Amino acid sequence: MSEQDTPEQVEFRQYCRKWLQSNKPGEPPVRLPLSPLEIMTGAQLTYLQAWQKSAYDAGLIGCDYPVAVGGRGRSDCQRVANEEMVGARTPFLPNVIGLGMAAPTVFYHGQTALKERLLPRLFSGEDIWCQGFSEPGAGSDLASVQTFAERKGDKWVINGHKVWTSLAHFAEWMIILLRTDRAHKYDGLSYFVVPIRAALGKGVTVRPLIKITGETGFNEVIFDNLEVDDSYRLDELGKGWQVAMTTLLHERGAGDLKTPHSGGMKSKSTHATNTANLIELARATVRNGRPAADDPLLRDRMMQLVIREVGLGQNQRRARVSALQDHPLRLLLQNKLLASEIAQDTAAVALEVVGASASLYLGDDHAPAGGQWPMAYMNSYGMTIAAGTSEVQRNILGERVLGLAKSK
Amino acid sequence: MSQPDNFGFGEEASLLKESARKFFAEHFATDKLHKMVAADHSPERMSACAWDRTLWQQMVDLGWTALAVPESVGGLGMPVVAVAGLVEEVGRAAFPCPLLATLNATYVLAACGSGGAAALAEIAEGLTASLAITNSRGSWAVADTDVQCVQGTLNGTAWFVQDARKVDRLLVSAQTDSGLALYWVATDAAGVTIVPDAIVDLTRDQAHVRFDNVSAQELTGSAPAALQQALPAIWTLLAADITGAAEWQLQTTVDYVGTRQQFDHPLGYFQAVKHPLVDVMVLIDQCKSLVYNAACAIDTEPTRAAAFAHMAKASASDTAAYASGRSVQYHGGIGFTWECFVHLYFKRQKHSQLLWGDAAWHRAQLANLLIDNAA
Repeated sequence: MSEQDTPEQVEFRQYCRKWLQSNKPGEPPVRLPLSPLEIMTGAQLTYLQAWQKSAYDAGLIGCDYPVAVGGRGRSDCQRVANEEMVGARTPFLPNVIGLGMAAPTVFYHGQTALKERLLPRLFSGEDIWCQGFSEPGAGSDLASVQTFAERKGDKWVINGHKVWTSLAHFAEWMIILLRTDRAHKYDGLSYFVVPIRAALGKGVTVRPLIKITGETGFNEVIFDNLEVDDSYRLDELGKGWQVAMTTLLHERGAGDLKTPHSGGMKSKSTHATNTANLIELARATVRNGRPAADDPLLRDRMMQLVIREVGLGQNQRRARVSALQDHPLRLLLQNKLLASEIAQDTAAVALEVVGASASLYLGDDHAPAGGQWPMAYMNSYGMTIAAGTSEVQRNILGERVLGLAKSK
Repeated sequence: MSQPDNFGFGEEASLLKESARKFFAEHFATDKLHKMVAADHSPERMSACAWDRTLWQQMVDLGWTALAVPESVGGLGMPVVAVAGLVEEVGRAAFPCPLLATLNATYVLAACGSGGAAALAEIAEGLTASLAITNSRGSWAVADTDVQCVQGTLNGTAWFVQDARKVDRLLVSAQTDSGLALYWVATDAAGVTIVPDAIVDLTRDQAHVRFDNVSAQELTGSAPAALQQALPAIWTLLAADITGAAEWQLQTTVDYVGTRQQFDHPLGYFQAVKHPLVDVMVLIDQCKSLVYNAACAIDTEPTRAAAFAHMAKASASDTAAYASGRSVQYHGGIGFTWECFVHLYFKRQKHSQLLWGDAAWHRAQLANLLIDNAA
């Protein structure tokens, strides 16, 4: 990858590498969650926020944004910082929704003063962000959101109910898709940023939702006559759907601004639920007096998963070789679908491998891999449902890549 | 990873692939293929061997049969990844020709060291060849052959020989007193009888070849080692052919379901049709990515070539089966007829699916490598 670097990227890569050598944080004092979306305790957040702040101060986060909004005005350098941060096995960045979704949306659609005020504290991680899109009645059909903003002079009064809101329990700010006109489905939507933490108990209620795994992690957020200023609106009235597309494009990794990304730190408590560990599990499990890894049916199924996992990695490699592609979005738009379904099927086979022991969960001393596999299996349904279900993903691929007629 | 990020698929490979695509688009549309190979629909038809020798000669003149021959013996010495790009286009056109057979023989000869040099020089000059290394049970294990050689004389039968009637030479494996050996035999040599098989696929010919007291010179070098070394390229190139053919099946079916209307909508509007076609695309892309990964490994990281090539061919066999099934199914009634072109690719893919090992066989081999051998 480095052979294609521009001179700026070469220099920046050296800088990042050197900085990371002396500034990478040490082993965390607390057990870290599997992803930023499951941060539950203040101690976890404090440790991760400190890491994001130091990486931001060093210029590794938001570096492709202009200086005026808290960036460094670099050109295609976030990719380099990401590669170096992941390569150095750093902790992940806690403000994922802010960095990946809110920042590009605010940058492309917010007024200048708003951008200059919000983005620096977003990049530094001092302000955690969350996203208010889904509602009880608006899942795959996102444009049917009903949470309503009613005009009152130069203010808006918000009433309604948002769900699956990860990080809302820590968030200062929310990006939110609101209905401002009930007569028009798509053109009746507008997009705002809302300071929710300041309004807790004064028009905003955040309540945890318990996941299928028993863990908390996301929330529901209820708006009861919350008043916000019109300056918090992004883009024009009625343009909410178009603004939301900017958010979703960046969420799917297909936007112009690369999302700052860190990670790779191995924590003692984490157990990757990939095919390498599946094979390990099969070697260590005895079925019918022999290692499960000797069972021809299980071997075949494990190899099917290895092939899919390697295939996904090679898709990502091929996506950077234009001579071996027919359509620019064809591989990119498959990523989320494949990654989530491979994770689900890998965990399902792991549960079959261990047989009766698959009944044992996190609290049981005899659970294989500490019960991580049943948890991964249940959690995988979050992946195949969230951010566009697998069914919606197949619609998008069929329509945008294959050009098939749009279905409802 | 010691492989180049772009699979080593550079400018030259890109031009070769592009020119092959244009060549077939210009000279060999599917209706021409149908006219050529589907003249006789009788299920008991004797196996034909219809192909366009004029076009084939143009391909030879373009140097395509010499691509994999090392430069030291007069070939072009192109990397496998570039050859895979060409073969993908041959598969897309389903062009009946002995290109794959000749490439397969080339990789085995190249693995023979100096023993293969004279034969490789013949290929560089434009002669074609096919492997005659499979026994009557269709075993893919390299040591399994029904041909024996005693004192320089071959006897027995080689089975499942691909494009046997199109080639000039056979690369034959035979058992000898001192183990397996390889022989380079002219198809018109005395004692060689090519008996065509009546096969499903209309775009290939296949035969079993009888050797009755055929005098043959043994190629020096270790035959099992040479075959073992060449197999990853053989699997990978067939997977590349499958990828190209599957993309034809996908695009042809997508066009059809975009046109054909039922219940006031084009068929592609319905998710019962749309989603499986997306799954065909997903399989093709997995297969294609694994093909170029395996080809690149053969070129630059040989210790991992076998595992990656098993992945490519396993994926390709599943892709061939699924794309073929969906292409006929979504053409509906017309897809079930002889006049609709989809059956040509359906049959070619069913042949490719099992040739040189089906998906289950390759996954079993892969498991041996990844589960048992990995420490």
